[in-house]
Amino acid sequence: MGRVEGKVAIVTGGGSAGMGRVTSLLLASEGAKVVVGDINEAGAQETAEQIVAAGGQAVALRHDVASEEGWAEIIKLALDTYGRLDILDNNAAMFIAKPLMETSTTEFRRQNQVNVDGVFFGMKAAIPAMELTGGGAIVNISSGAGIVGFAAAGAYSSSKGAVRLMTKSMALECAQRQNNIRVNSIHPGPILTPMLEQGMDDLGGGDEVRGMFEGMAPMGHLGEPLDIANGVLYLASEESKYVTGAELAIDGGFIAQ
Amino acid sequence: MARVENKVALVTGAGSGLGRASALRLAEEGARVVVTDLNAEGGAETVAQIQAAGGTGFFIEHNVAEETEWLSVLAKVEQRYGQLDILVNNAGVFLVKPISATSLDEFRWQNSINVDGVFLGIKHGMALMEKSGGGSIVNISSIAGLVGAAISPAYCGSKGAVRLLTKACAMECAQKRNKIRINSIHPGGMLTPMLEEGMAALGGGDKVRASFESMAPIGHLGEALDIANGVVYLASEEAKYITGAELVIDGGITAA
Repeated sequence: MGRVEGKVAIVTGGGSAGMGRVTSLLLASEGAKVVVGDINEAGAQETAEQIVAAGGQAVALRHDVASEEGWAEIIKLALDTYGRLDILDNNAAMFIAKPLMETSTTEFRRQNQVNVDGVFFGMKAAIPAMELTGGGAIVNISSGAGIVGFAAAGAYSSSKGAVRLMTKSMALECAQRQNNIRVNSIHPGPILTPMLEQGMDDLGGGDEVRGMFEGMAPMGHLGEPLDIANGVLYLASEESKYVTGAELAIDGGFIAQ
Repeated sequence: MARVENKVALVTGAGSGLGRASALRLAEEGARVVVTDLNAEGGAETVAQIQAAGGTGFFIEHNVAEETEWLSVLAKVEQRYGQLDILVNNAGVFLVKPISATSLDEFRWQNSINVDGVFLGIKHGMALMEKSGGGSIVNISSIAGLVGAAISPAYCGSKGAVRLLTKACAMECAQKRNKIRINSIHPGGMLTPMLEEGMAALGGGDKVRASFESMAPIGHLGEALDIANGVVYLASEEAKYITGAELVIDGGITAA
């Protein structure tokens, strides 16, 4: 019996070789049927193929989280294919590694369209679908930078702060509706993903930049996508049935200082 | 493969409530569990339940406020199993009194168990874990360690201390690179014997119970298993990048 046996999950940004793919694989290995969305359709297909090759069930589609119509499509795919929706992992994000003084209005808005609108649309679209089958769990991937400030990426930090409090507000709204849907956020520290590698390149790359990210975590090293996937699994499973509106930091001690 | 297979865990206050549920879950997931408690009868019952479910464990009578007892308990753990991988500092007491009615003796008694007990557990448990190559310490704080509660200031003070003792020791372990992670769990209103005693101290009855139930936006009390599942997660390798963190399991109370 898997820890999320028989549940149906949507994972956004599930096509990247980072948290999205590893989380999709872990949820599937614990018994979930996974709808893998990503703006990179080939990546999403690859994740779904890996799940099927490992004996699990998955479908993939091209999905832009910043498009409300795209959300209607992915929810419909989940319901048409598997008949229900239990888990939503709002994982898709972008990381503009720039100080605010160098960030254009267009970039600022783009950052929020993906990281904030995407989570808003996702919760709004998923909750009615989850209510059809008696509840569910939403996990929003925020960041350590959604709790403390980050001079190298102010727009990112601000978008992740929005995710943190949108999570708590939606958790309270669901509690008021007594709809049995829990909503929590995860706050990764520096995790070695394609997104972080891109960010390190944008900041000039090299050992010094990498050392800066490694040094953010008192543990002294970067985390790996599986660390986040395990947190998603816990928050998505019935093990956390009394957890809602909470923030789970998985950050090697970054925000404990 | 179970989630904490072959690890050795010590759970304080494991003769009832959250401690018993945590001990049972850890054993179910493959750990050998040292059950400690002041209450020998409750502790023996927990061990009996572990064994009845096919697990392994034994009981040691233990007052967490006494340093000599910690030393003797840990010596027995080392002698029996040769290692310590998981320590759950769960033992706690809940003094339900406004500050104006709390005597200095009561305040010190509250802290001797809830704070000294955790300090001693971390300090001495860490030494045995270092010999074992690392480990995970889970300290049971409370939502009363995050926000104030008028009914129990001494308890809040003690649980706030546990929260930051956790973070500071997590930083110390990170600096030492000793592979020991330390985190806190913050339960909301969980239906345990401790909460039942607290409700009785407030006069008991449906009205008092409803006041605890309605603290949680979810609208009901949690159960010990909810905390035990958090303990298993933080104790396991699944949480290997989590240290100095606070896991809130409270039905949404502190989200508002």
